[in-house]
Amino acid sequence: MNKDQSVQDMTDTMAKFTSYIGKRLPNDVKDKLAELRTFETNPLAKAVYTSMAENQEAADKLDRPSCQDTGVIQYFIKAGARFPLLGELEEILRHATEGATRMGPLRHNAVETFEEKNTGTNTGTNIPWLDWEIVPDDDGATIDVYMAGGGCTLPGKATVLMPGQGYEGVTDFVFDVITSRGINACPPLLVGVGVSTSAETAARLSKRAILREVGSSNANENAAKMEKLLEEGLNEVGIGPQGLTGANSVMGVNIESSARHPSTIGVAVSTGCWAHRRGKIRFNADLSYEIISHKGAVL
Amino acid sequence: MTKKILSTPIKDEDLEDLNVGDVVYLTGHLVTCRDVAHRRLIELKQELPVDVRGGAIFHAGPIVRKKEDGKFEMVSIGPTTSMRMEKFERQFIAETGVKLIVGKGGMGPETTAGCKENKAVHAIFPGGCAVLAATLVEEIERAEWQDLGMPETLWVNRVREFGPLIISIDTKGNNLIEQNKAIFNEKKTSAIDRIKSQVRFIK
Repeated sequence: MNKDQSVQDMTDTMAKFTSYIGKRLPNDVKDKLAELRTFETNPLAKAVYTSMAENQEAADKLDRPSCQDTGVIQYFIKAGARFPLLGELEEILRHATEGATRMGPLRHNAVETFEEKNTGTNTGTNIPWLDWEIVPDDDGATIDVYMAGGGCTLPGKATVLMPGQGYEGVTDFVFDVITSRGINACPPLLVGVGVSTSAETAARLSKRAILREVGSSNANENAAKMEKLLEEGLNEVGIGPQGLTGANSVMGVNIESSARHPSTIGVAVSTGCWAHRRGKIRFNADLSYEIISHKGAVL
Repeated sequence: MTKKILSTPIKDEDLEDLNVGDVVYLTGHLVTCRDVAHRRLIELKQELPVDVRGGAIFHAGPIVRKKEDGKFEMVSIGPTTSMRMEKFERQFIAETGVKLIVGKGGMGPETTAGCKENKAVHAIFPGGCAVLAATLVEEIERAEWQDLGMPETLWVNRVREFGPLIISIDTKGNNLIEQNKAIFNEKKTSAIDRIKSQVRFIK
């Protein structure tokens, strides 16, 4: 296959995949919502879960984006240093976003800042947003695509705590965000927490945290313990679907972390709404691919 | 249980008996109206191109497809975060005479006051349920202020039994989500204290 053809093929696949994940939730989210639904006794909470299930069925059947806010498109790339299209990936993902916008169709969600004009293509300055990790000695690429909707992006917050505030301060921060702005962000939420050294490193990790599977745990024992404690504690608050009160508040809490400066604790929260639209796809060097997030998906 | 259906134009007496937590449906016209439309009316003093007196607005920015015959098709339309319009809504209600505001999540004390002063209600349509909502739109009759782009255009929808709409602010000054927030704040204190005692990792 010549390079132009390869670029075209991968662009088509990513356009289709980007469009696909706006219509069907990933397996882990779907399973968790089905589980949470069974715990509800409050009539309003039950009614909302019924609407949610009907909506996902209709979206699948009618082949339409399940939520009208198909977000700003973000790609989180973990590319092997020897992936043959490494240099072309940015262009591929930009064209894939344009393709998905026509195909979905996706809502036009890229407004040029300061000019304050909607571009109408979902592409713009640095949009789609790309986040890169390069893996040495690998020739494949794993791409997470995420639709960053407005509602679930609004609660996002980062700060830098003093060490005296400790992980106790992290706890306060997470609860404050979720019980204030989180209520309007279409709960039950998947809560991502970044614990790191500065505001922007924590923010990036908090977003990476919501790309991790619902129900997975941080490899560090203390971090995993804190994930569980925060999840149980937030569920005790009983925010329920859409903030209407209920048996639970969240789909889970995922923490990602880095080492930190001894004088700082950077902490950030990102939230995924119940309609947490993300997908994970792995390409091999020959561009054969496997869809990891949606079992049995056919593009 | 029979469905409680509101029809546009909505009269004050249609709303007076409604309480927060009630579920209603809407038949008639539902006009999308969000951030920039509110700003244009209130701050820039531009007249709204759609008369919503006795009507219903929807805090929503839909996905719309233009069909071959030139008409618009509603693909996907769910509510957006209503709180963003809190800054403008009290005055919006007073100036436009709108009776039903549909959106997502709660709104604040200003909107609550506006609903009481002018007999209007705010209702929550389940967020994210945008295809369900689109199937309840019979036709897009008009599209105004299209210069604002797809999400911000005022789409005038004819809807039939559009819902469930959960009343979150009634005409008596009650605010469901604010009540819920008080419950959440009460419950969170004990949860936070318990967690803090177990995360003293800095020793």
